[in-house]
Amino acid sequence: MIDAGYPVLTTLIFFPLAATLPLLLYKTEKMIRWYTLVIGFCEMLLAAPLLGFELGTAKMQFVEKVPWVPEWNLNYYLGLDGISLFMILLTVILLPLCTMCSWTYISKRIKEFHICLMLMTSACVGVFVAMDFVLFYIFWEAMLVPMYLLIAVWGGPERRYASIKFFLYTLAGSTLLLVAIIALYYQTGTFSIPELMHRGYGFEFQCWVFGAMALAFAIKVPMFPFHTWLPAAHVQAPSAGSVYLASILLKMGTYGFLRFCLPITPLASQYFAPLMIAVSLAGIIYGGLTALGQSDIKKLIAYSSVSHMGFVTLGIFLFNLRGVEGAIMQMLNHGIVTGALFMLVGAVYERSHSREMADNMGLGKYLPAYMGFFGLFALASFGFPGTNSFVGEALVLFGAFAFDPWIGAISIPGAMIAAAYMLRLGLKMAWGQPASPEGGHGHWYDLTPREWAYLTPLAILVFYIGLAPGLCMKVIDPSLEKLLGDFRTDVVQVQMEDKSLADYAPELPVAVAEN
Amino acid sequence: MSISVNLFLPELFQIVLVLMLFFQSISKSQVLRNDGFWVPVAAAIGIGVSVASLSAEGMLFHNAYKIDMLSQFFKLAIAVGFFIATLNARQQSTLDANKETDYFLFLAFSAMGLQFLSSSVELITIFVALEISSYALYAVIPVRARDKQAAEAGIKYILFGAVATAVSLYGLSFILSSQHTSYLSMLSGLDWHFATNPMAVIGLSMFLAGMFYKLALFPFHFWCPDVYQGASNETAAYVATLPKLGAVVVLIRLAAILTPHTEVTMIFAVLGAASMTFGNLSALVQRDVKRILGFSSVSHAGYVMLGLVAGTPKGLAAAAFYSLVYILMNLTCFWVICKISPKGENVTLDDLDGLYKRSPYMALILAVSAFALVGLPPTAGFIGKLFLLTSAWDHGYNWFVIVAAVNTAIAIYYYLGLVRHAYTVEPVDKRQLEPMDVGGMNVVWGTVLAAVILLLGAIPAPVFSLAKAAGVQLLP
Repeated sequence: MIDAGYPVLTTLIFFPLAATLPLLLYKTEKMIRWYTLVIGFCEMLLAAPLLGFELGTAKMQFVEKVPWVPEWNLNYYLGLDGISLFMILLTVILLPLCTMCSWTYISKRIKEFHICLMLMTSACVGVFVAMDFVLFYIFWEAMLVPMYLLIAVWGGPERRYASIKFFLYTLAGSTLLLVAIIALYYQTGTFSIPELMHRGYGFEFQCWVFGAMALAFAIKVPMFPFHTWLPAAHVQAPSAGSVYLASILLKMGTYGFLRFCLPITPLASQYFAPLMIAVSLAGIIYGGLTALGQSDIKKLIAYSSVSHMGFVTLGIFLFNLRGVEGAIMQMLNHGIVTGALFMLVGAVYERSHSREMADNMGLGKYLPAYMGFFGLFALASFGFPGTNSFVGEALVLFGAFAFDPWIGAISIPGAMIAAAYMLRLGLKMAWGQPASPEGGHGHWYDLTPREWAYLTPLAILVFYIGLAPGLCMKVIDPSLEKLLGDFRTDVVQVQMEDKSLADYAPELPVAVAEN
Repeated sequence: MSISVNLFLPELFQIVLVLMLFFQSISKSQVLRNDGFWVPVAAAIGIGVSVASLSAEGMLFHNAYKIDMLSQFFKLAIAVGFFIATLNARQQSTLDANKETDYFLFLAFSAMGLQFLSSSVELITIFVALEISSYALYAVIPVRARDKQAAEAGIKYILFGAVATAVSLYGLSFILSSQHTSYLSMLSGLDWHFATNPMAVIGLSMFLAGMFYKLALFPFHFWCPDVYQGASNETAAYVATLPKLGAVVVLIRLAAILTPHTEVTMIFAVLGAASMTFGNLSALVQRDVKRILGFSSVSHAGYVMLGLVAGTPKGLAAAAFYSLVYILMNLTCFWVICKISPKGENVTLDDLDGLYKRSPYMALILAVSAFALVGLPPTAGFIGKLFLLTSAWDHGYNWFVIVAAVNTAIAIYYYLGLVRHAYTVEPVDKRQLEPMDVGGMNVVWGTVLAAVILLLGAIPAPVFSLAKAAGVQLLP
């Protein structure tokens, strides 16, 4: 393990935050953009020690713990395991990429825009490394403000409506999460996440806590039927905002399920699993079918996110290694691929000033390199073999079949619909008959070096994870095995303690035996 | 009876301040009479005096006046609030130029009453202190030159106040006749159950009406939005904040004598829940920013009740901490309103349109205070609310915590409205696009306030420890 010699996680959280202050002094647009880009690369460099992550162990790494409010047993407690590592790396690489993809896209209030990007980065890293539940909640909520501003200030014509909807939905969900945190505190006297796990709470208590937490996470994912804020927010947000939404924010919900619901409320998770699986399947099919009917490219990708995130939640609630492994891989893959697709939509919008499919057809002829990237990410999006999403989706499907062949069978059409809407989109954009000989209203020009610069690293990741997923697995697996292993012992242990449990959940012994 | 001056320093300082203002206001010299430039400086020294006497402890005036951690904590909070309020009130366009010292005299007088209130541990003393703090405000609220609304606000405040006082006094008589003492220390060991001692419970409930009126708790809140709207911005800033501290400190002392789950604590909880819900729902439809803040203060009064019903030192500490945070957040919000309204007119949501362009710093300060009032991390508002919610959980008031959490979600809409108008709405009126000169010092002070809100959110431990020490003293 690389010894960084400094508190890596704290630095990653507070470096972008501190970097916003000098930004206030910059005057010219160019300086601001270059400064943010440099800060983004510095943040990536500062994250380099994370590559020394010790494989083969499930223990928390890079831990930092300092008392914060001793009266309430609150600690500034950070740590990192296989579940959160990739999400942090993804967050960190997004700052320079988003700065680049907004280079010409954002033309007003440039300074504030870049401050928002930096604040987002700080809060998002914080969410994934917080090991104290209150600290987690603070980052979870703090992230809302810059995201709200990104949509409300730099968004499309309906930005006010979309931003308020986003804010109200997510905040309403999280207030109950706060109640769950407080309830857990009173059961255990601690806010420390590792300590809150495996305490063996009573079944009824678990159900209440699970309900409150799951609502907050389900809204964030967003799971059907809590998804209505997502298309509005995605469509109205500027490219960088959509990228952050798709790549990081949605993952916070699924991360919450993995980090809190499964280990803290295992019995309730089991009990509600059929419901969660059903809702996930509904999301997969509904999101896919709705995407199929869209003519706005951004809306199409937004609905495809609902469908893809359905796969992630499905994987999580299968409770087998393959399913959860696939879910985590899909979290990462969806972040890369959908993020890239939103960047591409932003790029084409800059050219044609339209996101309608009809206005952006026949690009194969005018923008070959662009269409090359678009094709790659579209293929990756529906899980074409050789790309990263294939690995994740296949693992979830394996898990689904292992859990119950019927569930596997129902989720297969979801993957097929994804192929349908993505191929239809790619087909029309590449070879469709353009509205005018010049191809829409805009002046077509192919990818600029700047666009190459932010698309290439993502394309490399698509292939790297798709062709050699072994390293990712090695990082994830120990943490997952621990999660699922503890999960099983917990179920058994609490069952033995609480004989009346069978009255509530008669199917539990079967689930244990299957695992 | 021997009186140690050391125990009485913050009050003494305030009395001297009041006397100086009094003599200045009756001075024959016009120049001397009309300028209160020195008052904020003196108020700042007052903070120093309060800090210096934080650890004082003792009893005065036949045990009717107790100097302990709780009283000193609140005296410090009052001193801080008074300082900010005087700083804010220095330039008032709606105040006649020759009334400045009179104005400050009344504010200082009211703050003095509140300081007395925080140390009073005997019902009649509490009552007298409450009246001292109120009478000064009755005079100050209508002081808004040539404005009918101000007169209406003044009358409303006086009438509602008089009724609340009467009810309180009547309740006091019930308590005296049923419990035969007015000392809180002796009342604490007595019977407060409705079944066995109905008169005492009714009496206490009526006595509390006076405090609830000050706190603007439902259903004693009807004066609040109208008075804020009618009073000048600077006066509203004071009325909306400091008197609440006085009410909270008395309620904390009373809560300490009541065991949880008695009828009176249940009244706290029910009124608290009703107050936050009613306040928030009413605020949703307001356009005048001061009315919004008026209804928001009704809902915040409800939040403070969370700490009082728990019956634990932590609960009382949470209530004390939140009151301090609340006056900071509210004063910051009012700071912006006062500064962006140079002619002293009321600010509506539409007036905030495009504030970002006119004065980016004021918009930022407004955003910080609005998000703090919602209770969004990483502000002090969040951490204060967390302490309150946590303290009430598992003491039989889980429903109250859930109501409070749901209310936070309701409240976000109108607080977000402030930020939304400031940042995202383009003004229709072209004049609203011109850069606004709010003055460098105003920006600096506003920034300091906003920074303190963020800092208290990040490092709440030292202040909370003080509040907890106060709580432990009451409920060992």
